[in-house]
Amino acid sequence: MRIFMEQMLNGLTIGSFYALIALGYSMVYGVMKLINFAHGDLFALGSYLGFTLLVWGNAYITSHVGLAGGMIAAILIAAIGIGIAGLIIERIAYRPIYSVGRLPAVVSALGVSIFLENIIMVIWGPRYQAYPASVVPTLRFEIGGIHVTLLQIIILILSFVLLAVLYYIIQKTTFGAAIRASALDRDTAALMGINIETIIFFIFALGPALGGTAGVMVGMYYRQISFTMGWNYGLKAFTATILGGIGNIPGAMLGGLLLGVFEMLGSAYISTAYKDVFVFLILILVLIFRPRGLLGEKVAEKV
Amino acid sequence: MKTNRNIILKNWPILIVIALLTLLPFKINNYWIDVFFFFGIYALLGLSLNIVLGEVGLFDLGHMGFMAIGAYTTAILNTAFGIPIIILLPVSAIAAGAFAWLVCSPIIHLRGDYLCIVTIGMGEIVRLTLINNPFGITGGPNGVFGIDFLSFGGPLVIDSSIESYFVIWIIVGLTILGLVNLQHSRIGRAWNCIREDEVAAESTGIDVRYYKLLAFVLGAGLAGVAGNIYASKLMIVSPESFSFMESCMLFCIVLIGGMGSIPGVLIGAAAISLFPEIFRTFAQYRMLIFGAVMVAMMIFRPGGIWPRKRGAVKFESLLIKAGEENG
Repeated sequence: MRIFMEQMLNGLTIGSFYALIALGYSMVYGVMKLINFAHGDLFALGSYLGFTLLVWGNAYITSHVGLAGGMIAAILIAAIGIGIAGLIIERIAYRPIYSVGRLPAVVSALGVSIFLENIIMVIWGPRYQAYPASVVPTLRFEIGGIHVTLLQIIILILSFVLLAVLYYIIQKTTFGAAIRASALDRDTAALMGINIETIIFFIFALGPALGGTAGVMVGMYYRQISFTMGWNYGLKAFTATILGGIGNIPGAMLGGLLLGVFEMLGSAYISTAYKDVFVFLILILVLIFRPRGLLGEKVAEKV
Repeated sequence: MKTNRNIILKNWPILIVIALLTLLPFKINNYWIDVFFFFGIYALLGLSLNIVLGEVGLFDLGHMGFMAIGAYTTAILNTAFGIPIIILLPVSAIAAGAFAWLVCSPIIHLRGDYLCIVTIGMGEIVRLTLINNPFGITGGPNGVFGIDFLSFGGPLVIDSSIESYFVIWIIVGLTILGLVNLQHSRIGRAWNCIREDEVAAESTGIDVRYYKLLAFVLGAGLAGVAGNIYASKLMIVSPESFSFMESCMLFCIVLIGGMGSIPGVLIGAAAISLFPEIFRTFAQYRMLIFGAVMVAMMIFRPGGIWPRKRGAVKFESLLIKAGEENG
């Protein structure tokens, strides 16, 4: 039971990373009907940005605002930086192609992805980089017999706060309703007086910003980052998006958390080597029996 | 006799391309012959994906999985039982086709992006399973090595760069011939009809499910052939050659060239395989440039470099036929 609970906790930690990245995919797909393949690499870029801030800026920042302040500063700056990067990419690589069709946009997204991956390699080098160990003190707690590290608690609290805030914005505010309406039917939403430009600005800034945040947290959690990590996490997060129902924002959160838990339980109880196979098998089974995902709404087909 | 001459005159650009490809390997060194060999492999893979993506419009981002099945079928049967590569060529094609039929049957009803995602999952499952070395036959991350060269019996063994160059390009040529015929057949028209409007196709009596599966099986079979040639040329297969990234590259070949266009696929394959070689002097910046060029391509020429012309019914030929019947 203790092992099960610990694995659940590990699963939730990883799941919260997936959920944060998945939100970016889901929001962009919902409104633009575009699979933003560059999103995974934006996440990786965030991780590297955080790395630079923590390594080079560590002494300066922590001497002024303390250890916790340094960490928050790194996450914030990385999030803002990646948000801006997301906006630039949308402006340069996607905007001129929307009107042409969806497939050219997919190729463009793949191009951006290759570009970003290689720009990371050129700037930071092809080798693994290690996050500094001293960002968060390595404290271990025992809550009800379960071992938890301080870092895990910080990550879980931070990501759940972010998810809760986003859930509130999307589900409870007028602006969130506008986003949901645009995801359902962009043209009709525009006719109803929703400013699509603002929505696009929002999703392309916030999605990558959340991904960048996840990037810094992944770096702090695993302490090892590489320039190819974007593909791996991107693919998993994308799987999570589908699991929850693509375009559905609470669905992406649920999908991410579930995927993390599945992955951890699968590797703990069945086989570590096949954990990724399980992830994709679950994805395929979900798509066969419930193609809209767990929380996706049924959409009538337009002829 | 006259019609023969007309065919030759009408198709002179094709003949020039064939002549250039035949003479080319005698003018370049072995390194570049191998580069052009991989151009051929990519062309074959591009053609195979073009059936699924270009002709029928099904998004397939796991196509490398089919090639992996073909390559591993060849590798395992050859190293374990010593079956010659030439016999394994059709066996690999059938294995990959059968695999496609098996995994695509339950998912073929999915549309657009959903199909795309399932094929990503399928391709990744194939790769991850190969890495995990099921029953100890795939050799795990190291792969299978010591595969024989392609041999036509007796002294004719394909063991030099120039010979494998000709093997792959002859296969590409035959494939193109077959695919051009297929494009103008009942099957090709049914495929294009499904691509343009699935509901309309179904309502006119086209068995959409059957034709979609057929496209997948044929595409996978061709990818299996590519896998066979690839395995016997490199003498080693390993899971990392069949990554999701490679599937994406195939996707780009078809879209950069122009969906459903055979010359387009060749151009796309050339772009993907030759570009990184030509820009090798830029070393680590070359993939950076490559990504940027992909974006620029789609901005300035979203339909691809050589988009397929929409076929029109040739009334002229119909009239001639009618005239002949009357006379």
